[in-house]
Amino acid sequence: MSEDILDTVEFDDEGFMVDASAWTEGIGQAIAEALEVDLTDRHWLVINYARKEFEGNGEPPTLRRITTQTDVSMKEMYKLFPGGPAKIAANIAGLKKPTGCI
Amino acid sequence: MAKPSRALHKTSSGSENRKLALISSKGSLDMAYPPLILANAARMSGIDVEMFFTFWGLDIITKNKMSKLKVATVGNPNMHPSFHIPTILGAIPGMSAMASTMMRKEIAALDFPPVPEFIQLVMDAGANVYGCKMSMDMMKLTQDDLVDGATVLGAMEFMDITEGAQVLFV
Repeated sequence: MSEDILDTVEFDDEGFMVDASAWTEGIGQAIAEALEVDLTDRHWLVINYARKEFEGNGEPPTLRRITTQTDVSMKEMYKLFPGGPAKIAANIAGLKKPTGCI
Repeated sequence: MAKPSRALHKTSSGSENRKLALISSKGSLDMAYPPLILANAARMSGIDVEMFFTFWGLDIITKNKMSKLKVATVGNPNMHPSFHIPTILGAIPGMSAMASTMMRKEIAALDFPPVPEFIQLVMDAGANVYGCKMSMDMMKLTQDDLVDGATVLGAMEFMDITEGAQVLFV
């Protein structure tokens, strides 16, 4: 059960994973369900890109970086992850809360 | 420690969305960015945004002005430190253009888009953009002069739209 998976993961006070390396696709799926996001291929494209960026420089990508480095537009990002696209994408990807303001 | 939840991503505990009203009244390059950055930050935080461009702020959403905004090199007390130009030198023709070019480069280095692209970005992010009707009449501007997606609006209508919002005047 996906509910159980989240019990095995450590989160901070805002619900972001403490250890990004402990993330699995199953955990990502479970976080997405908790955030009421139905994952599609487009979501996974963003999630995988965010994880790749994080591995490179230790920071989740800014929203602008996601929209300039992938073919996902700003409008689509707000549709895919309503209510805070950069934060919610990072949350599902098991990354820390993004601090970039663009 | 908290499990991820929708509630943790809400910026207010009320049932209605938090709303930000941004009034942009200055059209210099340095004063165009703060309202755009704040509007974008608000949308990224799930906050509704209504932007009202009035007086010189109208330049920011005027098609033939928005890509040519300048930073003033005379009478601008904020020309420091990397941009510092003494006022007496600031008056030399071309100084403002030079300082504006430098500032555009610094802004681009931070991955912030140029003003026209930034306006499109905040509109794509769901911010509503309005031109002040009275200022437009004064400057002989019509809807056609404004960037696509912007709406002409009277100040009183803006008050109606922003009922209950938090207000920022820039």
